[in-house]
Amino acid sequence: MSHILIAEQVLNGLQFGVMLFLMAAGLTLIFGVMGLINLAHGSLYMIGAFFAAVVAGWTGSFLLALIAAMAAAAAAGALVELVVIRRLYDKDHLDQVLATFALILIFSEGTRWVFGSFPLFLDIPDALSGPVTLPGGIQYPLYRLVLIGTGLGVALGLGLLITRTRIGIQIRAGENDREMIAALGVDISRLYTLVFALGAALAGLAGALVGAIQSVQVGMGEPVLILAFVVIVIGGIGSIRGALVGAILVGLTDTLGGVFLPELFKLFMEPSAATSVGSSLASMAIYILMAVVLIWRPTGLFGARA
Amino acid sequence: MKFKSLALATGMILAAGAASAEVKVGMITTLSGGGAGLGIDVRDGFMLAIEQSGRDDIEVVIEDDQRKPDIAVQLADKMIQSEKVDVLTGIIWSNLAMAVVPAATAQGKFYLSPNAGPSALAGKGCHENYFNVAWQNDNLHEAAGAHANSAGHAKSFILAPNYPAGKDALTGYKRFFEGELAGEIYTKLGQTDYAAEIAQIRASGADSVFFFLPGGMGISFLKQYADSGVDLPVVGPAFSFDQGILQAVGGAALGVVNTSQWNKDIDNATNAAFVSSFQEKYGRLPSLYASQGFDTANLLVSAVAAADVGDAGAFRDALRAANFDSTRGDFSFGPNHHPVQTIYAREVIQEGDVFTNKIIGKALENHSDAYAGDCKM
Amino acid sequence: MRREAALNAAILVALIAVPAWAHLSDEPFTITLATRAVILALAAVGLNIALGIGGMVSFGHAVYFGIGGYAMGILASHAQSYTPMELFGLSIEGTKSMLVIWLVAVVLSALAALVIGLLSLRTSGVYFIMITLAFGQMFFFFSISWAAYGGEDGLSIYVRNGFPGLNTLVPIQYFGLCLAILLVVLWFNARLARSPFGLALNAARQSPARAETVGLNPMRLRLVAFVISGAITGLAGALFADLNRFVSPTMFSWQLSGEITVLIIIGGVGRLMGPVAGAVVFVALEHLLGGLTEFWHIYLGAALLLVVLFARGGLVGLIAGRPGGGGGGHG
Repeated sequence: MSHILIAEQVLNGLQFGVMLFLMAAGLTLIFGVMGLINLAHGSLYMIGAFFAAVVAGWTGSFLLALIAAMAAAAAAGALVELVVIRRLYDKDHLDQVLATFALILIFSEGTRWVFGSFPLFLDIPDALSGPVTLPGGIQYPLYRLVLIGTGLGVALGLGLLITRTRIGIQIRAGENDREMIAALGVDISRLYTLVFALGAALAGLAGALVGAIQSVQVGMGEPVLILAFVVIVIGGIGSIRGALVGAILVGLTDTLGGVFLPELFKLFMEPSAATSVGSSLASMAIYILMAVVLIWRPTGLFGARA
Repeated sequence: MKFKSLALATGMILAAGAASAEVKVGMITTLSGGGAGLGIDVRDGFMLAIEQSGRDDIEVVIEDDQRKPDIAVQLADKMIQSEKVDVLTGIIWSNLAMAVVPAATAQGKFYLSPNAGPSALAGKGCHENYFNVAWQNDNLHEAAGAHANSAGHAKSFILAPNYPAGKDALTGYKRFFEGELAGEIYTKLGQTDYAAEIAQIRASGADSVFFFLPGGMGISFLKQYADSGVDLPVVGPAFSFDQGILQAVGGAALGVVNTSQWNKDIDNATNAAFVSSFQEKYGRLPSLYASQGFDTANLLVSAVAAADVGDAGAFRDALRAANFDSTRGDFSFGPNHHPVQTIYAREVIQEGDVFTNKIIGKALENHSDAYAGDCKM
Repeated sequence: MRREAALNAAILVALIAVPAWAHLSDEPFTITLATRAVILALAAVGLNIALGIGGMVSFGHAVYFGIGGYAMGILASHAQSYTPMELFGLSIEGTKSMLVIWLVAVVLSALAALVIGLLSLRTSGVYFIMITLAFGQMFFFFSISWAAYGGEDGLSIYVRNGFPGLNTLVPIQYFGLCLAILLVVLWFNARLARSPFGLALNAARQSPARAETVGLNPMRLRLVAFVISGAITGLAGALFADLNRFVSPTMFSWQLSGEITVLIIIGGVGRLMGPVAGAVVFVALEHLLGGLTEFWHIYLGAALLLVVLFARGGLVGLIAGRPGGGGGGHG
């Protein structure tokens, strides 16, 4: 296998990881600050993709579509937080799982009711379509490079937000001591709504960005949701840095596993059996990774508390 | 429209007329969740034909299987035990068909398949009460292999998800394709990112690509493939190019050749009437699934007209005769009750704002399937 | 407590009366639905031992349900085709006997629970939820690509397996068999909760540190509970497979793990009859709503939300009030 192909696959893994980060960042932030397990995060991703598709269809502008996606997901997130989620903070994880599972059902079928049963169309903008040639002669789609850049940019922005701004200080204080921050006169419920909307907006952005190269359809959020959970658990729940590391680990493991495991098995098996066994193992790879990480470090790579 | 679809979905009895129904049909199909588009098309095509037949002695009970095998089995039990249906139909997915069909036919019910055609039911597991009106699963893939030969492809890269239908697809293609393989990949079921596979295609030195990725997987693959700059010709079965999803793929599918037993431009009166009446009634173009539902219902109507369902032998003979006007033109059953039919090569085109297919040639004529020889009825 | 006892009795009476009525008025499908509810209840009773008494939120109990199902599917398919199974040089005959299948299902799922429990119990809280989910996903993807036993297509068994003295294909007889098993397990469960082991487990859930100071080993207690829990859910899986005469990878899916959990929360966590009430309500809702509208998931979701937000302690808690003593509480 050539070096170019390997380099290209590493880029693919990186891109997949960065997209997972956008989902995982919101999820881990919400858990870190409010202690909430939000299964409905995938629904916000789906809402982002659907609104992006509709607005892109109306206006023809991808940028407006992205803005609409973030706004719609943030609005849906804030609404859900005000109506349902805020009643769940003092309940245990089990109740949170059930309630947000119920929200998935409502969001999915609601979306199908509004938009119909068929997938929607969302395409990448002309300016970003097609491949570019990278140093070393790698032909790589420009849009995917933009995805990597956007994701890393968001990671940087989130890092700055949390370490350098007033809101960031409040968020960190909220993670450490909830009573204290309320005592200091911070409007805790407003902070929670804000954090939830921020996480939702990130999920909506991911949905819109990914929707352009995938299928915008009902149920698109659940597979990503599971992966995002894998990511934050590997990284350590509540840690943005952990989410970034976890996302890139998962992205690389999944992509490279899918490519190299069948090749590996071909060394000592006949090709079609090797393809089959290797592919099966590849589909289990990230879960094996997660189990190994947790057995080794029960609170994830960067996790402080259980 | 909303109201109508609600009424259609109630799972209540939708008789084409009075209560004096003589034949009771149970339709188990996927109406909710991710794969609902296919089930809705089959149901709408089926009900359109029942309505057009003007018969008031056919009663149809419709239930949603949610694409879950255990729910499908439970619904089949309900239809057989409580509703006492004579004929079952409607299942979209092979794994659900495998869960329901053997038990239903063993209990003496007729099953008319409007979509799934797993190899087990065409070969050793065939049954005199099981009729497949769509295709055997391998058919469209075999036709894709045949088309690749005639298009002069000599080195194909082939990929499909890692599950039984995916393996059947690649086997079907290889059965007819005479060139060599540049690569063979099984992807994860439900996978949405194909960057890694596309990179392998680029590096493989292939001159063509065959893929079987139904539903959303195909949409993702085609969009990413179009954007990758790899411009090898692509061949695939119709499942990733049906009317329901082409609009979501958009320009990325233009010019792609796919194989299908049906298209809206097949030139016969039945088909023309079907396409226009479907469009008029439901406000959208029919897909191949809708055509299969329509043909299934017309086969049923022809058998009901010719024989009493209580006389299983006569009813079976009437079904076997396939004495109805198919949207596909000529239609007949092979010895294992699977269609013997022509499979076309279609190309994706744009008509105004709408993406659709047009026939560019015949990939296989009067094609049966590879398993008929194993069937002993 | 007296109200809860009355409610429990009412649930049991309904479980017997409804199918009996259905049998007399020739509504076999209602019996099938009731059987489904009983089997799902059994799976949930199993999970409730880990979840309710032990405080272990397993989001991967589909593993044991699936293992039970596949134990049935694999053994029966070998018996059906008269070809023995070759395993590490051993040649194992298939079987159509429910008793043998149940034994295999229970032993294998207990073994799986032992291994998974040993590895997972090092973690706690959300990490525990997620690691059990990870094991579930591994089994799911493995079963999808396991071509020898049908992969995603699953395995069909044409005739239900046999039980001495019964015709299991008659709906009411199979229902009776499943109900009897559920009652035995419920009785076992009630005994377990009040046994020294159950009390110690409950103590370890409420305060691990205190339990340790009085000489208990919380880790070992939890592991034993987890294994018992997995074994019961495995038995339910074998029964479920026989009800449908079919197994497929969906038995391993995370949605199924979620569904079993949902049954418990609807009914009431840690309540003896909580899972049973939950399963009955869930199957009824699924059936009735599914008949009303294509978009019934919306209403199901709304109903679940209402339970979480307003019926603390589930339906049993709502009707019977707060638990007296150790049974209830949240993990």
